[in-house]
Amino acid sequence: MPMRVAIVSPEKEVWSGEADMVVARTTEGELGVLAGHVPLLGVLVEGGQVRVKTGDSTLTVEVDSGFLSVTKQGVSILAEHALLAGTD
Amino acid sequence: MAGQLREYRRRIRSIQSTKKITRAMELIAASRIVKAKARVAASRPYADEITRVISAVASQTTIRHPLTTERTDPRRAAILVVTSDRGLAGGYNANVLRRTGELLELLRAEGKEPVLYAVGRKAVTYYRFRGRELAGEFIGFSEQPGYDNAKEVADALIARFLDPSGESDRVDEIHVVYTEYVNTLAQRPVAHRILPLVLEATAEPPPGGPLPQYEFEPSAEGVLDALLPRYVESRLHAALLESAASESAARQRAMKSATDNAGELIKTYTRRANAARQDAITQEISEIVGGANALAQVS
Repeated sequence: MPMRVAIVSPEKEVWSGEADMVVARTTEGELGVLAGHVPLLGVLVEGGQVRVKTGDSTLTVEVDSGFLSVTKQGVSILAEHALLAGTD
Repeated sequence: MAGQLREYRRRIRSIQSTKKITRAMELIAASRIVKAKARVAASRPYADEITRVISAVASQTTIRHPLTTERTDPRRAAILVVTSDRGLAGGYNANVLRRTGELLELLRAEGKEPVLYAVGRKAVTYYRFRGRELAGEFIGFSEQPGYDNAKEVADALIARFLDPSGESDRVDEIHVVYTEYVNTLAQRPVAHRILPLVLEATAEPPPGGPLPQYEFEPSAEGVLDALLPRYVESRLHAALLESAASESAARQRAMKSATDNAGELIKTYTRRANAARQDAITQEISEIVGGANALAQVS
């Protein structure tokens, strides 16, 4: 079941779309989010990576300190700087 | 007579080159408005999201955070004045500085000692000329402020607000004076207090569905500690972007009227130059005719 994912930095929306799973590292440890996750607000570690999985492909985004916000509507990642590192 | 004609022509040439310059500045400013507006639009998703998250947190926990706590007996207030680096923008800077003056008076009347922070070369020179001490100066980005600039300013302000060394240097409030972009024709200088933050825990669900009951990682306090400074930065970033858009709009308008005025002047001087040339010709003819008549009478 896909969910809406948006990765936004203050200067622009870096990426948004549908995805199956988001993997990020918060200050408490690595975390995977699937659709239907409980609402969650997490602080991401500095210089971490966020992986967005859609089907077989994985999008990797370098994120420099930010937040992960999970709601019923989807996942949004707020990062001061976010850079698409590529897909594979 | 011919001397006057030359003088008019010289002036026309000089005004023509001025007009070319103001016209170019007008066009540049016009394209900058478009860019600035695009930046404002691009910053909106982040600002909206962070506002949403903050109000969600505020509605489910009682926030006790230094950044949101009103100080009892506030004695010192910082003002951040957002102006431009370059002039030739009509009343843009004068309006901001006038609004700041009003705020200064108000704060003094409330018994608070104002501390000034300046963004943009114009505010820096204005206050330095009047011998006012500036607690901080930030220059070089007024037309194209990036998030890093906003962060630099916000960090300095937050550090001063939370100054752990105690009473001596700490400010109890932070205000920002900037120019709100209404549309191309109207920009409004406004003053807002940004710290301490006022977060209303509203019972009504905001547009976009009810706010979710969040779980926090690591903890509500930990999230808030990280979130509130980002929120202040985001607010400041928005203020800087609005000001940049307003600056370009004000400059475009000022340069448009300068171009129009130059056009008017060229027209007037062209008329006068034509009249002077015609006068010269008329006079020459009458001299020739007069000379010929005199010769005819003699012979």
